[in-house]
Amino acid sequence: MPELMIEGRAVTVAEGTSVLAALQNAGYRTLRHSRSGEPRGALCGMGSCHECRAVVDGRIVRTCVTPARNGQRVTLLTGDHAD
Amino acid sequence: MRTDAPVDIAVIGAGPAGLTAALHAARSGADVLVIDAQPGRGGQIWRGAHADRPGPATTLLRELDACPNVRWRGQTEVAWVEGDGTHRELILSSPEGLSRQPARRVILATGAVERFLPFPGWTLPGVVGAGALQAMVKAGLVVRGQRVVVAGSGPLLLAVAAGLRTAGAVVLGVAEQAPMVSAARFGLAAARLGGKTREAAGLAWALRGVPYWPGTYPLHADGDGHLETVTLRRGGRDVTLECDWLAAGFGLVPETRVAALLGCALTDSGAVRVDAWSQTSVPGVYAAGEVTGVGGVDMACHEGRVAGCAATGQIERLSDAAATSARHRAFQTALDTAFTLRPELRALPSPDTTVCRCEDVTHATLRGQHSWTEAKLKTRCGMGTCQGRVCGPATETLYGWRFSGVRPPLVPLPLSDLLADH
Repeated sequence: MPELMIEGRAVTVAEGTSVLAALQNAGYRTLRHSRSGEPRGALCGMGSCHECRAVVDGRIVRTCVTPARNGQRVTLLTGDHAD
Repeated sequence: MRTDAPVDIAVIGAGPAGLTAALHAARSGADVLVIDAQPGRGGQIWRGAHADRPGPATTLLRELDACPNVRWRGQTEVAWVEGDGTHRELILSSPEGLSRQPARRVILATGAVERFLPFPGWTLPGVVGAGALQAMVKAGLVVRGQRVVVAGSGPLLLAVAAGLRTAGAVVLGVAEQAPMVSAARFGLAAARLGGKTREAAGLAWALRGVPYWPGTYPLHADGDGHLETVTLRRGGRDVTLECDWLAAGFGLVPETRVAALLGCALTDSGAVRVDAWSQTSVPGVYAAGEVTGVGGVDMACHEGRVAGCAATGQIERLSDAAATSARHRAFQTALDTAFTLRPELRALPSPDTTVCRCEDVTHATLRGQHSWTEAKLKTRCGMGTCQGRVCGPATETLYGWRFSGVRPPLVPLPLSDLLADH
């Protein structure tokens, strides 16, 4: 079972879990803030809306199409990358 | 940028249509490459399907795995296309960067995306698409014990509600915007088509005890930083429900972006136009499944078979195809008629409701514009990360605009990928 670091916290998930589901199960339903500061979470769950972006191992990805893997480092988009 | 060996057939999309097309194309001996944005095969409806796990796609996946001439690449999308009919190259984007994939023929099986409609509060975390919540659960989201309201339109709502219930969610109700008489008429039309009756019985069993509210739609979602309640309008009455998730989807829209890049003509309803042999207006490019019009999984598999055979010159295997196509088209028409969106849905956004989520453009700003292009130029609507995938279909419904202007790259790319090897 993959163990990943979400915002510095170790989280173990079932095989086949997306990074998005790992975030949501860890309590992160708000993933970013929009241009004008609205809280935003995932919308489409299939890679088209781009609302679930986060930083995984240094790259901004759509977490819904990114499988959770052992040793991954996931951080939320904040500050300069907020939109 | 790496250039891979040419393939005879590139199938874009690994859902029911794409996988069926790949299998039938492979039977001709052709080299087949299947790509999909998701890490696994199955598309949205068979998401999480696996050859070792029982399920509706198992046999198909086993047969595909037994074909040495079929290869599969997940987390891969078409970024742009170069060349023409005689020498066509797909530029593919994946976590490894960009690569060139020459393909003699292309089968588009890119499916459909959910139509989202803006209403006050629809940007709150916890408000998601209906198919979206189903997809998230299939990808590991735990909803056990959580309260969900499913709202919007179409038979997908019932499948979603059944899936959520099986996953342990408390489904408070299914709000269908179409009136009872339309939903019932659709049920009868579906019952006349063989194969749908068992599916309906399975759904009914999974949904026992879940209220189904026809003629009902969400008015607004509310909460402090995340969804806490949704208010539904049902008949003349407004009802507010406390919930953890609002799964709201207003039908499906064919995903025609790759088709547009390839130059394929579309129908008036925005699907890829195909002839009886699944051939698009562009020689060598075929299309199958929801991208040619939304008609469900059986139709997608049928069209996949037609496209796979036709693209590889196995027309003789398709003698029964015309009759089957006609039956599926009847189902498709029943679907379109029954779940027409009611005009009240266009009045849902308030002036300050966000319509373009990427650029935070409001309804007040957009309703002063005259077209999709003008809105893009003057307000940045559709210019953000999703490139109009969400607000395009929404503005079509709200303002009657024709969403157009697909341009490469179709996916946001890191500059490092574009600069590599140049």
